[in-house]
Amino acid sequence: MYRYDEFDRDFVSARVAEFADQVDRRLAGQITEDQFRPLRLMNGVYLQLHAYMLRVAIPYGTLNARQMRMLAHIARTYDKGYGHFTTRQNIQYNWPALSDMPAILADLASVEMHAIQTSGNCIRNVTADHFAGAAADEVADPRPYAEILRQWSSVHPEFSYLPRKFKIAVTGADRDRAAIQVHDIGLHLKKDGAGRLGFAVYVGGGQGRTPIIAKKIRDFLPEEHLLSYTTAIMRVYNLHGRRDNKYKARIKILVHETGTDEFARQVEAEWSSLKDGQLTLPAADIRAIEAYFAPPPLVARPEGDEALMLARLDSRSFSEWLDQNVVTHRNPDYAAVTISLKGIGDAPGDATDEQMDGVADLAERYAFDEIRVSHEQNLILPHVARADLEAVYDELVRIGLATANANLITDIIACPGLDYCALANARSIPVAQEISKRFAALDRQRDIGELKLKISGCINACGHHHVGHIGILGVEKKGAELYQITLGGSGDENTSIGEIIGRGFGPEEITDAIETIVETYLALRNAPTERFIDAYRRLGPQPFKEALYVGEVRAA
Amino acid sequence: MKVLTANRLIDGEAVWYSADGWRETLEGAEIAADKDGEARLEAIGAAAFAADQVLDVAIIDVALIDGAIVPTRLRERIRAAGPTNRNDLGKQARPHAVQAA
Ligand code: SF4
Repeated sequence: MYRYDEFDRDFVSARVAEFADQVDRRLAGQITEDQFRPLRLMNGVYLQLHAYMLRVAIPYGTLNARQMRMLAHIARTYDKGYGHFTTRQNIQYNWPALSDMPAILADLASVEMHAIQTSGNCIRNVTADHFAGAAADEVADPRPYAEILRQWSSVHPEFSYLPRKFKIAVTGADRDRAAIQVHDIGLHLKKDGAGRLGFAVYVGGGQGRTPIIAKKIRDFLPEEHLLSYTTAIMRVYNLHGRRDNKYKARIKILVHETGTDEFARQVEAEWSSLKDGQLTLPAADIRAIEAYFAPPPLVARPEGDEALMLARLDSRSFSEWLDQNVVTHRNPDYAAVTISLKGIGDAPGDATDEQMDGVADLAERYAFDEIRVSHEQNLILPHVARADLEAVYDELVRIGLATANANLITDIIACPGLDYCALANARSIPVAQEISKRFAALDRQRDIGELKLKISGCINACGHHHVGHIGILGVEKKGAELYQITLGGSGDENTSIGEIIGRGFGPEEITDAIETIVETYLALRNAPTERFIDAYRRLGPQPFKEALYVGEVRAA
Repeated sequence: MKVLTANRLIDGEAVWYSADGWRETLEGAEIAADKDGEARLEAIGAAAFAADQVLDVAIIDVALIDGAIVPTRLRERIRAAGPTNRNDLGKQARPHAVQAA
């Protein structure tokens, strides 16, 4: 993985010292909250309902054991013994004191981490496929490009005061596991006919109040033009993006209002003055960054097949976990493991300090010191020898992280919602917990098959409800929580935005409503292999409406 | 009926204003029963903000139920108690506090 050079190190420690001084001055009353607020936000410090919240960047979701142990240490020392992994592949701490922030950031800096640009109207953490470098279907590892974008965008003077926040996602496979079409810029790394690497460029996707699917404005951008072309997009946005209305300030609105063709024309025009200039990436530089992401030494471990066959016979629960949470690696002796942070009845994405330490140990012992955070709020060990899977599983059982539910209905994405978030309208976590308990039986979950259920506590959509096969949005109506259901959303290469199915449900009704939807699907799917999303696309909303609003639909 | 609430600057802790100053629990908060009382609380909140003691100052609606102060909005009940999914966190983890929902 990427290692800081001297420049990175100096930059991050200078930033820690600067923020420490700002915190001191704030606590001494030398600067006002109005002056301090933008400064703390630039360093990832928010104020939530109960306390401050610190959001720590995990670049493209990649970290090593030492870093994971530091995240555990911070949870234990300055927080309440846990952290929350987010849909942005970051981690949030819910209880740190402002007075401890300098010490926390110094601890983070000691393991090459920080909280810079995790807030504010700048280019945020660049996200990537969590199976990058391991996926069997990958053209190339997208992370070197994410790292190049990270370096280029860090405190970029021209792009630190954009009309609104800006999110870039990169995938290196046709199967999109990074939801690139709901990002401000989505990059699909691929090869052209001549075998050169480059990107299909998508712009103007996003969720929130106005969900829009990104538009492809270039089918193939050769890799050396990554920064010049991205700069051209940013310039058009920075110039024309709306600053008069927060709700219309994202690039998706600009692309929508300008029209895709005209927007693309403006980008090309801007690019013509940048192309082949100093932003062109020399091949040697790309390859140098790539070297940081060189695959680990995957020695042959052919004994895996037999070991797994025997272990399967031995333990049904291991076998189920293997089927559900382990995916093919590009090396047949290895596998990529999803560590579910969605234990039945648990808060999605939360992990205790001990669990983080346990995952760090596993990564060191069995996974070449690599861990990923997925945007689905799980952890990944990307490179595990198949022969070691049983040992990994046993240890996961010991630390309570062996739930075999990846991609099933209890693998729920949920934002913190009203239990923590100052912007929330309704709670998300208890809804996730109740649904998880209702569908706890693994046989039933597996019978239902792949089902992405996503919950947000307000229209900001941090819980990605718009792209859930089943999405749940919490709203406040007459002082009470109400949950609106959307169906048919999807955040992959066939991205779609879910449609609101009808009137909302109260907290005591929502789990029943979800069960009704699931039962309707089970009754109507044409084969067990027809996934929920495929059945919904075939059937449309009507049968689900009829089941949910018995007697109401025809009358309405 | 209203009470004055905020988060403390140094650690972000949710606090409520009472006759003997800012306290970490809602219990015993000073209640404004009329416009004058509200104006007084508002002035106290503004002064505390200006003095860099607290931030996110707000006057919130409450009711008295069996002698206990209960905020009208769920958001404020959660602030006063802690996350509803973890009763080992927030004020509810302390002795004598109630849960939000
Ligand atoms: S979706 Fe809304 S409630 Fe949930 S974390 Fe985002 S801002 Fe908070």
